[in-house]
Amino acid sequence: MKLLALDTATEACSVALWVDGALLERFELAGRDHTQRLPAMLHALMADAGLGYSQLDGLVCGLGPGSFAGVRIGVAYLQGLALAHGQPALGVSSLAMLAQGAIRACGAERVLAAIDARMDEVYCAAYGRDDAGLAVPLDEARVCRPERVPAQPGRWQAVGTGWGRYEAELRAATGADLSALDGQALPRAGDALRLAVPAFVSGAAGDAALLAPIYLRNRIALTLLEQAALRAKTPAA
Amino acid sequence: MRKNCPAQKEPGQTVPKCENSGMSTFSVAPILALETSCDETACAIYDGVRGLLAHSLHSQVKLHAEYGGVVPELASRDHVRRVLPLARAALAEAGLKPTELGGIAYTAGPGLIGALMVGGAAAAGLAEALGLPLIPVHHMEGHLLAPMLEPDPPAFPFVALLVSGGHTLLVDVQGVGRYRLLGESLDDAVGEAFDKTAKLLGLPYPGGPELARLAEGGVPGRFKFPRPMTDRPGLDFSFSGLKTAVLTALPKDADAQTKADLARGFEEAVTETLAIKCARALDETGHRRLVIAGGVGANRRLRARLQELAQRRGLGLYFPRPAFCTDNAAMIAYAGWARRADGRAAHDPLLTRARWPLTELSPPVL
Repeated sequence: MKLLALDTATEACSVALWVDGALLERFELAGRDHTQRLPAMLHALMADAGLGYSQLDGLVCGLGPGSFAGVRIGVAYLQGLALAHGQPALGVSSLAMLAQGAIRACGAERVLAAIDARMDEVYCAAYGRDDAGLAVPLDEARVCRPERVPAQPGRWQAVGTGWGRYEAELRAATGADLSALDGQALPRAGDALRLAVPAFVSGAAGDAALLAPIYLRNRIALTLLEQAALRAKTPAA
Repeated sequence: MRKNCPAQKEPGQTVPKCENSGMSTFSVAPILALETSCDETACAIYDGVRGLLAHSLHSQVKLHAEYGGVVPELASRDHVRRVLPLARAALAEAGLKPTELGGIAYTAGPGLIGALMVGGAAAAGLAEALGLPLIPVHHMEGHLLAPMLEPDPPAFPFVALLVSGGHTLLVDVQGVGRYRLLGESLDDAVGEAFDKTAKLLGLPYPGGPELARLAEGGVPGRFKFPRPMTDRPGLDFSFSGLKTAVLTALPKDADAQTKADLARGFEEAVTETLAIKCARALDETGHRRLVIAGGVGANRRLRARLQELAQRRGLGLYFPRPAFCTDNAAMIAYAGWARRADGRAAHDPLLTRARWPLTELSPPVL
């Protein structure tokens, strides 16, 4: 089975290929330049593997949470790829990718993943590990202020830029006993592939048109009614 | 179109390539185009032999109406939901498989940067997977060339009036990519002036078309507003003062008829101003053809007034059909076809530009 994965949800940009059990990956820090880097990285990866896009059996996409624009670049690009040859597709959460990275790197059993969400908030979720060594979610991913992250007693491994930026606040809020902390870890497409392979084997992948970015932060603007209500409440000075 | 290129192709056969004396090689197969620069998601397919093969569009107007204007983040979120289904619909309408395409065009700018990136990324992924050239298209060039999709297209050179929510331009068009700016708005674009004035009159978003509808029932001449910048030479516009003039003339307890009369007065002022400047631009260039494009080009009064002008002077007047005046992908597919020799490798850095002066364009490299 041949699968391609890409992820542009955070400051990292990565692409990876699963070729019958072997994994190839390219990873770069892209800042906000994903549209400048992704096309060449992918092209080079396919050339390295000597593969054409029509030979792929499926496509895997990082869905976020992360930068809104970054997530969309990845999803839209992958949808373009999928349209060309009609492969099925699957999305993977960037928090799950981080947890899978911790499992891969040091055999973590329980992982608290948190990504810096800007605006004084983090995206976060807790993961366990199944018999096959894959990250499984233990709760619903959320966006909140670091001090509002729910309590997570017990022993955990912490991973992600949320921990890098708000270690003290997250330690206090979760009350977790941390066995390790990597505050610089970023999602990698290779980990998305590891998580996605079983789904492709079982035929659980679907239509790329149905890939939905995970934003978590959904209050973007005030409606006219909300604007009027706000004006009525706060009289002009 | 190169006349010595094989144009016909059998189903299932590979697309014939057009050799150009060693200079460049490109296909004569259809161009698929994506447009996501603002609040419309659209896809179209065009080739120079058979013309427009398909176009599909989703308008986000209802989505943004609740907010009283386009919310860029929500626009981008909607584009990513719509773009693949619309592309599939266009391919189905054209009866084409993706592998039968010859190039992928997309609106690279100007526009909302996050929105542009959605269409750009989807186009880049499609082009990369098909091994096709990726053709960045200037949105306003698309508008400018939209009349070429009509049965009786204008010949070059012509004067083009581009009027939309974001732009008011008078352009001397000598050919594809050969544009000289004759005049532009120094403040509000025409469409913007329509929308802002509509808001003053209490009309729901998007106000421009609503204001035009209201003006139909208005008494001409009851309110006479200035024709800005027509009392001096030059081809630039200024429309921000007009909405202030409407505000000043608007009584506190204006009844429906008064509002309609104000709308009529406003519309008369705008359309006469545009007509005066078009006439001047034709005088200055000596061109005999006038093209009107952009969303405001769908305005009935404007069309009627310019028809008058054209008849009086014996000029050729060219409008795209109303659906191709507002944002659409058919015009991007046409421009993409005209610029197919400018296609870039799909793995080059993706070009998207929020701001992009039309005059920076040069003719396609043929």
